[in-house]
Amino acid sequence: MKKTLIAAAVTALSVSFATQAQARDYIAVVGSSTVFPFSTAVAENFGRKGTFKTPKVESTGTGGGIKLFCAGVGVDNPDIANASRRMKASEFEQCAEKGVKDIVEVKIGFDGIAIASSKKTKAMDLSLKDLFLALAKDVPNPDGSSTLVANPYKTWKDVNPALPDTKIEVLGPPPTSGTRDAFAELAMEGGCKQIDFIKAMEKEDKKKFQAVCMGVREDGAYIEAGENDNLIVQKLQANPKAVGIFGFSFLEQNQEKVQGAKIDGVAPTFKTISDGKYPVSRSLYFYVKKAHVGTIPGIPEFVTEFTSEAAWGPEGYLADKGLIPLPDQERKEVAKAARAMTPMTKP
Amino acid sequence: MNKPFTPSSASNTGLSSTGPGGDTGPDKSERAGRRATIDIVNASLGRRYRAERRFRFIGMSAVVIGLAFVAILFADIIGKGYSAFQQTYIRLTVDFAAEVIDPEGTRDRAVLSDANYLKLARDALAARFPEVTQRADKQALFGLLSPGAPQQLREMVMADPGIIGTTREVWVLADDDADMFMKGRSTPIDIQRGAGLASLIPVEGGADDQIQVLSTANDFSDIMSDLDDFRTEDRVDATSPGAQEELTPEMPSHLVAINGGLVKVQQATSAAVIGTLIKPLATATDAQPGQWATMRFGTPENDRRLKDPVVAWIYDLGEAGDIEKRFNSLFFTQGASREPELAGIAGALMGSFYTLVLTLLLSFPVGVGAALYLEEFAPRNWLTDLIEVNINNLAAVPSIIFGLLGLAVFINFFGIPRSTPLVGALVLTFMTLPTIIIASRSALQSVPPSIREAALGVGASPLQTQFHHVLPLAIPGMLTGAILGMARALGETAPLLMIGMVAFIVDTPTGFLSPSTVLPVQIYLWADSPEVGFVERTSAAILVLLAFLAVMNLAAVLLRRKFERRW
Repeated sequence: MKKTLIAAAVTALSVSFATQAQARDYIAVVGSSTVFPFSTAVAENFGRKGTFKTPKVESTGTGGGIKLFCAGVGVDNPDIANASRRMKASEFEQCAEKGVKDIVEVKIGFDGIAIASSKKTKAMDLSLKDLFLALAKDVPNPDGSSTLVANPYKTWKDVNPALPDTKIEVLGPPPTSGTRDAFAELAMEGGCKQIDFIKAMEKEDKKKFQAVCMGVREDGAYIEAGENDNLIVQKLQANPKAVGIFGFSFLEQNQEKVQGAKIDGVAPTFKTISDGKYPVSRSLYFYVKKAHVGTIPGIPEFVTEFTSEAAWGPEGYLADKGLIPLPDQERKEVAKAARAMTPMTKP
Repeated sequence: MNKPFTPSSASNTGLSSTGPGGDTGPDKSERAGRRATIDIVNASLGRRYRAERRFRFIGMSAVVIGLAFVAILFADIIGKGYSAFQQTYIRLTVDFAAEVIDPEGTRDRAVLSDANYLKLARDALAARFPEVTQRADKQALFGLLSPGAPQQLREMVMADPGIIGTTREVWVLADDDADMFMKGRSTPIDIQRGAGLASLIPVEGGADDQIQVLSTANDFSDIMSDLDDFRTEDRVDATSPGAQEELTPEMPSHLVAINGGLVKVQQATSAAVIGTLIKPLATATDAQPGQWATMRFGTPENDRRLKDPVVAWIYDLGEAGDIEKRFNSLFFTQGASREPELAGIAGALMGSFYTLVLTLLLSFPVGVGAALYLEEFAPRNWLTDLIEVNINNLAAVPSIIFGLLGLAVFINFFGIPRSTPLVGALVLTFMTLPTIIIASRSALQSVPPSIREAALGVGASPLQTQFHHVLPLAIPGMLTGAILGMARALGETAPLLMIGMVAFIVDTPTGFLSPSTVLPVQIYLWADSPEVGFVERTSAAILVLLAFLAVMNLAAVLLRRKFERRW
């Protein structure tokens, strides 16, 4: 009796091992946690049509996703990588080294980064320079000389007399997050460049320039609140004086509770982000491994689904999830190139 | 000889006064010492009682504070999560029109499956609200339907093609925004019956859908007080009180339900309001006191995902009994989804099940075998000491390290597919092995040597001694360790992050090699989703996970009670 049980267990195990050798019959997607909600929505709708299996979407972060994507060609490696920034030249080279040569780049839309506060307070009206001065580790000396001092500002009013007299308390993502990278690049660096002597530094010492512009203060005014944007929304409700940094989709879904600050006079709305007026927004991409088309079933159909008007159009289901669509003309061009599987050139 | 009985040493022990009366020594100095001891004891007695009471008090308060935190945690999770076990459905009269589903009449399953069920559902909803004609309004109306509703109709037709050409009443899934509204998580609603006689007057020079409502009683005082609040907040220029004023979308919305229609209030004085009809009136006659009502939606329209007309439609469905909350069976039968109303834990549960079964199959025999060898057979030398230290160390290693190991060894070296229960189980086996080995060793140690000696004495071989006599007695303790290790493995996410089990997987896994995720990962992914509907689902999934953990721990306790033997 015991022996038959053991024999049965061993057979069951070996049978299940045997199935492993079979080719993968579903699409594997990896990459950015920002693109994750959109990619999963497309995957679900794609799977619901019943022709192909629902793709598997992993949230690994942009860098980790591209690394997996570039690990090689073959069923063990993912077919599509999502990215909340463009693929870097170095990543493209790494891909080529491992034999991943033909990569199709698809730009899918924009994501805004909201600087938001609780509805219980008045909406802030910030400039990029205000943000830089409030959050940078080192700021220009307030006495006007071209030197840097450790950030002395305690309240928003210290930064700019037009702002309220509340303590600077910003809840934001940790350095591992793509949102943080984008915030540092778009908001902090944008504000930093408005200060002449730091801008001059860019040509002389690029490394120092980046360190100055993207260095976030560590004296407690900037609070790393974890990767979970929902948590930041909840904390803002509990603490109306604090300001939070998170993706636009969270602002849209939680409009009962939080409101976005105007940046350089532009409020984060669907429209201002899509026409490029809102300064803190970035483009989202996904990359397709052309070598897998034909091996893994459904890749062209998945790309077609992603680039269909029903998905990424202004009234598509991705817009409901918070994706800000590309302008009409660009959308047509990108869709055409993506469906034709035109490989990208080195960025 | 009597030197140890010096007063100082006696007082140190504090026991000499209660000790047996060995009062044989007539030594005077010793008697004096004794008296001194009892005095010292008496003097310190109060302090010692106080110390004990203090300790008891601290202990009790620690327990009470601990329980209070557990109670708060549970109250929070249950308070947020219980509503996820219900789901809002809308009753529609669906016309399963043959010309939409199967225009050629072939009844071919591929044709039936591809039919436009979205149109069927939308047509049914549009027929329910014939007054909605504008395109934008229709879009908002169709937003009430979940993307799962057409799927529901498809399944009905696939199950029974005979219903084509008939008209049926179907309860279809509502969208998550409507669901949240029904669960009271969108806006508070106050409804007050009208106290006065209400009359309706068309607005002179106004649009067709504008109407004025006059009341003989002071029914609109709520609106006026909202207007006052709004003014004092300094957001609007102060005007003379009592004058007719405009309501803005930044303040709570007010509606008047009268004669089967709904009026959205735009201007108000204390006796009359002017508004637009968002649902047409059945009659234009006067309404008696109590036959009409005013409604106040506490959250301003601008701050809500559901705007006033949509709320009015839901109200209308509610009045007719066409919208209701039912038990959410989908939560237990569906896999992951991006739509909160379609998301379920079945996929994650099955993934957890496969992973844990495999983990137990791999870790228990290996763990017990290792413990048995190390404890009973292995020679005691520096090598086994080293192994023992390492096992104890491994039990304290952060679990993410095991994930990195799994990534490097199982996926990159052995080429086991990512995201599968197999690779998950291998990693979790590494993680639970030390726990099982340590528990098994202490279970073996607690078996008295007399058992082994007796077995050996009647001629059993060492292996027979261990397997026939020692192991059966130690098994309950080993099982307890294994169950506790499994419970830890059930709640683990960090090691799975590295091996691709933190993924969006819709299909329920069917074996050890289909891509899958596990319960705690599902909780993590839901907690990270922007839709408000996922908040309650997160808590509900936590409840399910807690239930499983409680069952497993209870099993461990019961096993121990039932089989434990004391010597």
